[in-house]
This record gives sequence, structure tokens and C-alpha cells, in this order.
Amino acid sequence: MPWTLEQMCRRAAAELKDGYYVNLGIGMPTEVANYIPEGVNVTLQSENGMLGMGPFPSENEVDPDLINAGKQTISELPESVYFDSAESFAMIRGGHIDMSILGALQVAGNGDLANWMIPGKMVKGMGGAMDLVAGVKRVVVLMEHNAKDGSAKLVKSCSLPLTGRGVVDLVITDLGVFEIGGKSLKLIEKAPDISIEEIKKRTEAPFVH
Amino acid sequence: MSKKVYPNAKAALDGLLRDGMMIMAGGFGLCAIPENLILALRDSGVKNLTVVSNNCGVDDFGLGILLQTRQIKKMISSYVGENATFAKQFLDGELELEFNPQGTLAERCRAGGAGIPAFFTKTGVGTVVADGKETREFDGEAYIMETALVADLSIVKAWKGDKNGNLVYRRTARNFNPPMATAGKVTVAEVEELVEVGQLDPNHIHTPGIYVSRIIQGARYEKRIERRTVRK
Repeated sequence: MPWTLEQMCRRAAAELKDGYYVNLGIGMPTEVANYIPEGVNVTLQSENGMLGMGPFPSENEVDPDLINAGKQTISELPESVYFDSAESFAMIRGGHIDMSILGALQVAGNGDLANWMIPGKMVKGMGGAMDLVAGVKRVVVLMEHNAKDGSAKLVKSCSLPLTGRGVVDLVITDLGVFEIGGKSLKLIEKAPDISIEEIKKRTEAPFVH
Repeated sequence: MSKKVYPNAKAALDGLLRDGMMIMAGGFGLCAIPENLILALRDSGVKNLTVVSNNCGVDDFGLGILLQTRQIKKMISSYVGENATFAKQFLDGELELEFNPQGTLAERCRAGGAGIPAFFTKTGVGTVVADGKETREFDGEAYIMETALVADLSIVKAWKGDKNGNLVYRRTARNFNPPMATAGKVTVAEVEELVEVGQLDPNHIHTPGIYVSRIIQGARYEKRIERRTVRK
């Protein structure tokens, strides 16, 4: 059985350590915040200028001056801090953020990441993704193992425009968890009852296990 | 002392506008955009603008208004996904677009305001962003050179301001406004509440008034929310 989205988010949340400063990407990575283990305190950074991001607000707390990087309304916590965009990316680029969890279109076995652009489709822009992967200490990708058309997303070499070169440390998919160290990909966990053969069939990049 | 205060957005832009100029506009998404000054830009009819802004509004609000009137020639942005007019004009070849990584965009503005003509960053190394840019190694790691941005005009929005142009922002409505306020040859600020000098705590000023040439109290604020999400 492949892991469900919730199981994938729980697995990603297990990477978070007490005291971490963490930036969660838009989409599925944002959901990881709902599964942070008991006793683990992490501070969430939102790159539009906030540390200590709170959950979605109640109806009467909604404030147009308080949004996350996905432009969703959020809430403030007692420990929240605000700053401007230059300061925000200084802490990102400067290596002060412990971990970023991001989505991906493709990840190569050497850690190359493509997650911002599909040529021929309308280009929306890279936002803060290139800064995050360049500066954050540990980059975790959370993604479906295969694209909607069934094609591999864990590839030998990214065919899509890169977000960063050699930047990914860990990949969590619905089939397993892969560690990227040096230039090789290593399967370190797999979903229950999924065979190595099936994972190999659905993965373009060579991996050890 | 209050030579910086103007009665409204139109008056605050008077004499500052010319076709083909570069304008920086603060805000992130629709949060903390200079709503009143954008409307005054529309009404002025100034055109062929290069606009530096993280995003480009939505179709009928924020900078999207200036796309509808075709006053923008080029955007320098990090993310423009929320705007159908933008997509159409770009695909039709009417609009130029330069994507900058968000942190690089912010730092280009900060550097512009701080008198630093260029800087090296590892953001974008090995990607299309590095194309045509000088690369240097520092301590064995590759960096690319990015140049500073200085605009002919910066328009920013703050929560409170005093008559000397000192500004205070609220919550995540700070975003690109402070670095952009420093990087305009002329900076015009609009605020929700304009107060007398001395009424803001000097310990809590975010943008010192030295960066602000003109200031207005905005006539009205819609403060539209792009994605209203609530806890169940």
C-alpha cells in the first residue's frame, strides 16, 4: 500500500527536531504543520516576513495584514516576529533556517531540483524557492512518486528548468523515503507491501537500498 | 516641518511622472500595496512603465489595474501567478517580464538603497537565473553577481506615518515596502493614519523619514484578501 497524503505528511513531520526554524512550501508541505509530533517545538518561517506563524485564523481574527507566503490568512502567536522581505531572505540565504520542506516536479539522483517551471505552460515565477534551496541547511522534498501521467519524478537528470543544483537532502514520496548523499540515491524506508521491484519500475534514477 | 505632506495621491505624484520610467511598488500579493497611489498612476496616464514589484496584483485590483490600461511595458517580479490579464499580455508579446528569485529581488532593492551597486549570491547558481551573469568562487563555492536596483520612483504603503515621513508597518504588511522605500530616487509613501511628529515611538520606526520625500494619508483602503482561509 502506498502511503496516504496524511502518512506522507507525518513522515515529513518526523524530520523536524525540537527547536528547529522551518520553512514549509506551498501546498502539501504546508499540511506538515498539522502533524508535528508532541513535544517537538518548531518555529515556522513565512518568507513574506514572519517567524512564529500561527494556524489559520478564526472568523473574527481574519486580518488582511496577516498572510503567509501562499497569500492565505493566518494567525499570530505570542512568539511571532515580523520583518521585511530583505531581512527574511537574509535569514534564509544566510543559513539560519534549519529545514525547508518543498514540493517538486522532478528530483535527480544527485540532488538537483526542478519545481518552478514547465516550459510551454504559463510561467508563474520561482517566488522564494531558489533562495530557500540555496540557503536552508537541509532541504526535504515531499512529493508523489510519479506524475499524473505516470512518468517518473525521481530522475537521472532533470529535464525541466532547475531550481537549484545538488540541493536536495531527502525525498519523501508515497512509496518510500530516499536519502541523497554525495551523488547517490539511497532508499532508506519503503511503504508497507511495496516491493523494491515496483519502486524500481516507477523510478528512473538508479538507487541503492 | 511638514513640507512632505501632500493632500492626496494625485498631488503627491505631481511632477514626478514621465513615460518610460522605472517604478518600484511595495506589497506582497495584495497585502500592503499602495492602493491609492496605484489608482493615481492609472489616472495620470503615464505609460511604458517598468515596474519592480514582487507580484502584479490581480485582474481588477492592485498593479493589475495598470495592466488593463496597458501602462506597464515590463515587470520585474518573482511570482505573477494570480493574474489572467498578465498571462494574456505576456503570451501576446505585449509585456516584458524579468523573473528574479524573491530574495534576490529584495536584496537588489536593499542594495540599491544602500549604495551597493552589485552583490554575489548563491541563489540561482546552475539555473537559468545565472545565464549571462558573472560567476565567482568564494571559499570553494560558486556565486553569481546580481546588480542593485534604483527606481526613478518608489511607492510604498505603511500603517502609520508621521509628517516627517517616518513609517511604521503592521504585521506581514511590511514585506517589500522598507527595502523599496530606500531604493527610489524619490519615494512617496501612503499611510492609513498620518500623525504629528513625535506621536510615533522613535524606538519603533521601521523606515526613517530620510527615505521618504512625500507622504499622504490614503483616501480609502479596500485591503482586499486574496485567499481567505479560516480555522474550522
